[in-house]
Amino acid sequence: MKRPIRVVVAKAGLDGHDRGAKVVARALRDAGMEVIYTGVHQTPEQVVETALQEDADAIGLSLLSGAHNYIFPRVSELMKEKGLDDVLLFGGGIIPEADWPALSKVGVERVFPPGASLEEITTYVREAVPRKRGAAA
Amino acid sequence: MAATATVDLLARARGGDKRSIARLVSVVENDEPGAAEAMRALYPQTGRAQIVGITGPPGGGKSTLVNRLAGTYRERASRVAIVAVDPSSPFTGGAILGDRIRMRERFLDEGIFIRSMASRGHAGGLARATARVVNVLDALGTDVILVETVGVGQEEVDVIRVVDTVCLVTVPGLGDDIQAIKAGVLEIADVLVVNKADRPGADETARDLAQMLSLAKDRPWKTPIVRTSAQSGDGLPQLVDAIDKHRAWSRESGEYLERRRAAARSEVEALLQEALLRELAGRVGESRLAAAVARVAERSLDPYAAVEELLRG
Repeated sequence: MKRPIRVVVAKAGLDGHDRGAKVVARALRDAGMEVIYTGVHQTPEQVVETALQEDADAIGLSLLSGAHNYIFPRVSELMKEKGLDDVLLFGGGIIPEADWPALSKVGVERVFPPGASLEEITTYVREAVPRKRGAAA
Repeated sequence: MAATATVDLLARARGGDKRSIARLVSVVENDEPGAAEAMRALYPQTGRAQIVGITGPPGGGKSTLVNRLAGTYRERASRVAIVAVDPSSPFTGGAILGDRIRMRERFLDEGIFIRSMASRGHAGGLARATARVVNVLDALGTDVILVETVGVGQEEVDVIRVVDTVCLVTVPGLGDDIQAIKAGVLEIADVLVVNKADRPGADETARDLAQMLSLAKDRPWKTPIVRTSAQSGDGLPQLVDAIDKHRAWSRESGEYLERRRAAARSEVEALLQEALLRELAGRVGESRLAAAVARVAERSLDPYAAVEELLRG
């Protein structure tokens, strides 16, 4: 059965710099995935509701504004509330390494800093989605 | 999916749980195990929703218009769904589904369900499974379903087999390109929309369209031309009114039943084709196919003979 991986790529919060998110969206598409791209200025509620209605396998959030310590925990909390336990959450952007462990604790599996290769990101999503789904099943 | 799992999923979806509805849509879209069982259970409850198609060339403002229409319909309907189709890459099979960008104000409306679909190699302006997804949403008690096609040119007319009323959205300034849409796709329009009507050239576009329509005088439904600005919302009440009028006419004249019959035929044919292809593919086998293809490529076998040989088993 052919079931393409579906990924929501979103920019949450106030920052409007979406170039990185678009490049990642394009790379995931080129890796054969279906990418639901929702544009900038999303609230955590909007991101999670989109993932739910689109039956997404993963959510990729791009953040360059410094709000990651608020946005990610909130998204993660909403995902739990809505029962999206089998959905992968990963991030990218300007997120200091010192913050990674705390983010990992709230369910952000992986953070891709500036300079991460597209190959790294697509390989990670392709490998992590089935693992996440399997763990939740 | 095990039979009991499908039954559970159906029960939760019928109760209005959006996650279950979303899962059920995937089951049908991907033809996952349980799809046939789900459809068997749901099909008797289909046929109640008002289904409206929005089609037209890329960049015409379809998504913005759908967003507006969803808002307008929500004032009178408790449950509205949007099914928005975008193209898949023919090379990688991947897709960027970006229609939601224009629909953000609807994301948190409890009464609105939005689903993006990739065309997955299907060429008619919709995905192969769009009709099935619409059926699922219809059966689960959606009042109005808006179906947005990929940006279309001349031939992508599948939408007429899925919806009750087709709105063809065009914009001023396409110039001679309007010639391009007159064949095929213009013929399936029940309502013509000149969007971005605040731009120069809207009058000329409307006039051109009226002229083309006048060539098809013998058609029983007089296709209205509605000017809108999806951005500002101008013309939206008139558009909804035109869609309603078409729906009423369609029911009264028998057109509605005729279309439903045609839709049923194309749906059964599509499934039959899929089933036959699957069966044939199993019988032919990849290695025999590859061997035949290689001989055709090096010109030692012609394509007709190859097919004959493969079918003979």
